Amino acid sequence: MNHAFKTTAVAGVTAMGLLAAPAATFAAESLTIVSWGGAYEESQRKAYYEPYTEMTGTEITQVSKSANGLAGVRSQVEAGNVTWDVVDMLEGPAIRACDEGIIEPIDHDEILKPAPNGDSPSEDFIPELGECFVPEILYATLFAYNAEMFDGDNPSTVKDVWNTADYPGKRSLQKIPAGNLEWALMADGVDHEEVYDVLDSSDGVGRAFNSLNKIKGDVVWWSEGAQPPQLLADEEVSIATGYNGRFFNAQVVEDQPIEIMWDGQLFEVDGWVVPQGKLTDEVKQFLRFSTDTKRLADQAKYISYGPARHSSAPMVGKHKETGVEMSPHMPTNPENLKTAIPKDAVFWADKGDSLSERFNAWLAM
Amino acid sequence: MAQHESATPAADDVMRAADGKPLKDSLRRSMRRAKTKALLLVAPLGLFILFSFALPIADMVKRSFYSPEIQNVLPETAELLGDWDGDGLPPEQIYATFAKELAQADENRNVGVVSQRVNYVMPGARSLFSGTARKLGNVDSGPYKPAMIEIDEDWGDPEVWSILKREAYPITMAYYLSAVDLRYNAAGEIEAVASYMQIYQKLFWRTLWMSVLITVMTILLGFPVSYLLANLPVRTSNLLMILVLLPFWTSLLVRTSSWIVILQSEGVLNDVLVTFGIFSNDNRPQMIYNKIGTIVGMTHILLPFMILPLYSVMKGIPPSYLRAARSLGANPVVAFVRVYVPQTIPGIGAGSILVFILSIGYYITPALIGGSSGQLISNFIAYHMQQSLNWHLAAALGSILLFVVLGLYYIYNKLVGADALKLG
Repeated sequence: MNHAFKTTAVAGVTAMGLLAAPAATFAAESLTIVSWGGAYEESQRKAYYEPYTEMTGTEITQVSKSANGLAGVRSQVEAGNVTWDVVDMLEGPAIRACDEGIIEPIDHDEILKPAPNGDSPSEDFIPELGECFVPEILYATLFAYNAEMFDGDNPSTVKDVWNTADYPGKRSLQKIPAGNLEWALMADGVDHEEVYDVLDSSDGVGRAFNSLNKIKGDVVWWSEGAQPPQLLADEEVSIATGYNGRFFNAQVVEDQPIEIMWDGQLFEVDGWVVPQGKLTDEVKQFLRFSTDTKRLADQAKYISYGPARHSSAPMVGKHKETGVEMSPHMPTNPENLKTAIPKDAVFWADKGDSLSERFNAWLAM
Repeated sequence: MAQHESATPAADDVMRAADGKPLKDSLRRSMRRAKTKALLLVAPLGLFILFSFALPIADMVKRSFYSPEIQNVLPETAELLGDWDGDGLPPEQIYATFAKELAQADENRNVGVVSQRVNYVMPGARSLFSGTARKLGNVDSGPYKPAMIEIDEDWGDPEVWSILKREAYPITMAYYLSAVDLRYNAAGEIEAVASYMQIYQKLFWRTLWMSVLITVMTILLGFPVSYLLANLPVRTSNLLMILVLLPFWTSLLVRTSSWIVILQSEGVLNDVLVTFGIFSNDNRPQMIYNKIGTIVGMTHILLPFMILPLYSVMKGIPPSYLRAARSLGANPVVAFVRVYVPQTIPGIGAGSILVFILSIGYYITPALIGGSSGQLISNFIAYHMQQSLNWHLAAALGSILLFVVLGLYYIYNKLVGADALKLG
């Protein structure tokens, strides 16, 4: 019996070894980069990945799993087998991952390129640089509508979205509390600059949910960024929230009758993080290349997200395929920023868990 | 010499084989070899089950009550809090140790591990911890108690410390309580969460009744099909069997998505209903993204798991029994109900337990076509695994589901008997 156990143990260990070995040998000539898929990852492929492979010969493996990016990074770090080299992540989850120590701290001024005029990265980047996060774009979650579904006026404010009598049709909202609570308060008469002050109290949260109750019966919930433009194009809903770049794609590239409503746009920062132990020279080189002034401006030729550097803004020109002037479609355009809400990443990192619990309970009611 | 000796008839009455060794030893040796061989053959499967099934489940159950984050990152504080009586504010010694260890954690970049853990029971703890940790760098010497209260007045709140004391102990029931809509209040007593936060009890019940309903639906739909398959000539029944098996082999995602095409409000079924004037165009019924969608989709997808065991049992029922019943004077209905149906019970039992257990943990179909009212408990386990990242709560929900299934299987075994199962 003893003998049998030994053999089994040896066989087991050998098998484990065989499974673990290939993962270690790859890393050198290829980078595994995780992003959001769809039109967005496509714009990254054209603006960053292809030129980078051309320049260095490094193959880039694309993985479209950013929707579960934090869970993926955490489980890989916990299991001690990190296969992702660079992950595209929102600022909120990045703050959380940085606190947990599962992503690498980054010295922006050492790793990244300065602006063409010599400004250091910490001066040139528009958002404040966090400890572990390299900003890439500013994007907005906002309302868009199918213009063919309204006989009279088109909706133009967040209040119109809540007004199902004058603007008929179903609504589509993302199945998370972030954004929806802010807009629910705006529809209830709160000024766009005061939503987080109101949300900070339990009464304010109750007020937001009461406001959401008014349209609950008319809502189709979405969870993937590709859904809202599709739901609008299929006329399943008349107004939907979604990412401004996806709406731009449907409106300009695919020529759908979709119009964007900039009132109450909720903008936030998206960027790169590096999982624990992966800040190699190769990764540093990729970060340096992909976030320089020119590449960030290049990405805006493919999708309407605002580059995260001041120095990139003047270089943003026309859309690569359709020749449309990009700047009116950018969330960072001053015209579009009048009633914008900058998403409070710290508020959501703190209160997100309990608000999500309450949101889920409210949904299931 | 030895050989010569053993070849002679033994004086000690031991039975010996032809080579002279004691027969018992030879037998034992060859038996051992056979056993080893058998074990080696089973070993890969055994290892596979161990690593991919038994250990993960054990780990999940452990995670549901074992949560040592605070003890790992702040070990001395956790020990001191354990000894503290929990009355009012803790003494200076605890503040000092806590401040020292928190500053250390800030250096090691793992404050987030603790603060996230506390944030689940105390929203806002995340920034309280990380903010304090950062500012503690400016505090060089004690007393730490006033210094920390100066940094954030929450450190002067006895409730914060009683929560910390409770959560510092690595074994906790907090996740099981959350999983059934309960919580500890400030005094450490168990109470129900606010009504607008209650969700899991409702979800467990919904999962149970919808699984029962889906099982009943598959019996109602599967029984006639199996009966037809079992009683047609082989050539025809084989052809029909392919119609059952083809969808079974088709990807789950494809089948689920095709229900979206059929059931959505601009979908095929609604178009037909509107064309025939059953519903007006402005008043199309909502048949997907709710409970109806989940029930229809899952019944369709799980149907083969009912048909196949039923079919194999029905195949084994000799037609002569029915003929005997008829010749003894039973009319067709009585013969069918009292002679045929009882013999299909093992098939119904096997099919029901397969369908029920599969549907109680079903995930993809409700996620895609369940909307918000058709979600099952497994969707929330996935949510906590992937989105909220509260893996302990996911583990507690998963463990409860596991124990419920084991309990139901035990009851089934007592009532029907596992021997009566027939899977084909």
